[in-house]
Amino acid sequence: MKLPDLTELALRNLRESVLRNLLTTVGIAVGVASLVAMLSLGIGLQQLASRRLVKSGLFDTVLVTSRRDLRNFGREEERTGPAPGESRILDEPARREIEHLHSVLEAYPDIRFITELRYDDKPHLTMVGALPSSARSNDAFDGMQGSFFSSETAAEVILQKSFAEELLGKTPQPGIDETRVAELAAPLLGKELTMRYAQRAVAQSQISGANAHAGDSAGKTQGNTSETAYSVISREQKLRIVGVAELDPESMRGPTRARVFLPLRLAESLHVMQPTDLREISRSAGDEPVYSSISVRVGNPTQVQPVENAVKKMGFNTFSILDATRSLRQFFAVLDLFLGIFGSLALAVASIGIVNTLVMAILERRREIGIMKAIGASDADVRTLFFAEAGAMGALGGIVGVALGWTIGQAINWGTNIYLKRQALPPEHFWSVPWWLVAGAIVFAFIVSLVSGLYPAGRAARLDPVQALRYE
Amino acid sequence: MSGSQGTPPTPGACTIRTEDLCRHYRLGDALIRAVDGISLAVRSGEFVALLGSSGSGKSSVLNLIAGLDRPTSGSVIVQGRNLAQLSREELSKYRLHTVGMVFQSFHLISSMTLEENVELPMRFAEVERGKRQNLAHNALERVGLVARMRHRPGELSGGEQQRAALARALINRPQLLLADEPTGNLDSRTGTEIMNLVRDLNRQLEMTVVMVTHERALAERYAERLIFLADGKLMGDQSNRSAAGEIKFQGERS
Repeated sequence: MKLPDLTELALRNLRESVLRNLLTTVGIAVGVASLVAMLSLGIGLQQLASRRLVKSGLFDTVLVTSRRDLRNFGREEERTGPAPGESRILDEPARREIEHLHSVLEAYPDIRFITELRYDDKPHLTMVGALPSSARSNDAFDGMQGSFFSSETAAEVILQKSFAEELLGKTPQPGIDETRVAELAAPLLGKELTMRYAQRAVAQSQISGANAHAGDSAGKTQGNTSETAYSVISREQKLRIVGVAELDPESMRGPTRARVFLPLRLAESLHVMQPTDLREISRSAGDEPVYSSISVRVGNPTQVQPVENAVKKMGFNTFSILDATRSLRQFFAVLDLFLGIFGSLALAVASIGIVNTLVMAILERRREIGIMKAIGASDADVRTLFFAEAGAMGALGGIVGVALGWTIGQAINWGTNIYLKRQALPPEHFWSVPWWLVAGAIVFAFIVSLVSGLYPAGRAARLDPVQALRYE
Repeated sequence: MSGSQGTPPTPGACTIRTEDLCRHYRLGDALIRAVDGISLAVRSGEFVALLGSSGSGKSSVLNLIAGLDRPTSGSVIVQGRNLAQLSREELSKYRLHTVGMVFQSFHLISSMTLEENVELPMRFAEVERGKRQNLAHNALERVGLVARMRHRPGELSGGEQQRAALARALINRPQLLLADEPTGNLDSRTGTEIMNLVRDLNRQLEMTVVMVTHERALAERYAERLIFLADGKLMGDQSNRSAAGEIKFQGERS
């Protein structure tokens, strides 16, 4: 039989016992809906988690340090490559080289120093860090009071919540609910801090005089530059408080994390004395800075590994939290699998409904099958007809089911967001029905229905016409 | 679709031949010999009646000729092809193109209109839609049911249903019309109407007709030849044109 005829006959047969076929189709629809609902919840949660992680900047960042830095984040030391003492210095040319690596978005020096900040004439000692303007999209600044730096060179500062508490003389008490950022920010925003720091300035004029003496020994070891000298000058810089952030944007750095943040270009222009300057004093005293570490931001968490490898090849140590995403992906793969299995159970029950409906239809339409065979229908004609009926129920159930599943998802999303709103939390999108899930669910329902139709269709095709015609 | 129209059967040539045809069933422990060694030959264009009481095996013989059933042993040869050796697929093609069947209880599909019922064999034969509607219309016109083609079988009288069944049986232009008690459910007036139609088909289209009936009078009125069966065996084979009462017994086995 031709396909249009087949479809027409199948649909008219379905219309004949409309209630039973409708109920079967509803069964499939509910099965598909539960499958879609479960899987889209899984996918939605996964997307939510990875969206958060990507925003947190932890999973697309590679920290680069020189092998000369023996601390090396407490990680195992690289055993290959040159010894620490002979390896490459992490300076400006190295930074530019890293920035030109494939899929690297930016590579910015990690400027941080412990210094004294004066507020209200009281000194506070803390770690100060510099942030590039790309940090604006960082998850940590989501609930920030005030605003981000107006420019990369602005004399502005963003405080971490705990430092803001310290400035106001509040000590966070364990067990008691944390102070609201808004309360902390209100008295601080727009106020001025005075930062006292040690500037490293190249001391050109003094070099010539001391050259004869110092140059001898330096020349022997270094063999090139004789002007290895700079001076350290005590400076003050006034900074305006523009923001107070609740979260810790640098949680991955542990004890070296900063609590006060400056714009990156401003921090660079200050030429603050870095801890590495002392170590590298014999090598580079020029105007070109040497960095203790560089943060490399990569376009996509999947590109972290190749970038890390490339940087290691250049002779630096690297560190990333790539492994965490891997286990996260694994977790969601397992979660999706289980949600899928639970969703499929409903569909499996629905497919038994199809088998039942079609077997009943065979009993009911025994005579009709006999007639069709007597007037020339082949086994294949009868089989494909029953297949088509099963397939039509599956396809229809699949389409309705996807719509139903999507609606359920939207409803839950809506309900959850109302709840989140009441809890004073930002709304979230938990539910995600990607197009492949829509198409996949319909195709899956169709295939499950065809498989369910396999037995009834085979049975109908094998029916003995003489027996069937005798059946009244 | 039909080689059926391609070569018109030569009148007088043998179109159906059965040789030592047997159809046995097992019912529990008992072996039922529904058809038990029947040999007969039907010429092309002949109108043959198979006569016998209930359980004589006449319908079983018809089903074997129709290719609805397979013989336990022996052979059914129709137009040179042994049906016993055809595959299921080939048998369905044979039923589709070579044979047209009508039944006592009409066997129209109740959920379809007359037009759809008549069209159905052409769907299996994959005839184009436009052509199909035309042919169905013509076939229903021939049996006088055009006005009722949108009706369902349940809305029609028995005679009308049987006429529709006849239209369906002929729609793929078979050479062979097999009728199983075609008037069994009809009153005598409608029965005569149907039988006149069958006779016209036999005469005008030179169609071979094999009819199963238990009504001797009906058979004598329309058939050229009467074949008597009892207990699955051939009891007599009588030409209806020859002198009345002259019964040639043949093929009787002990």
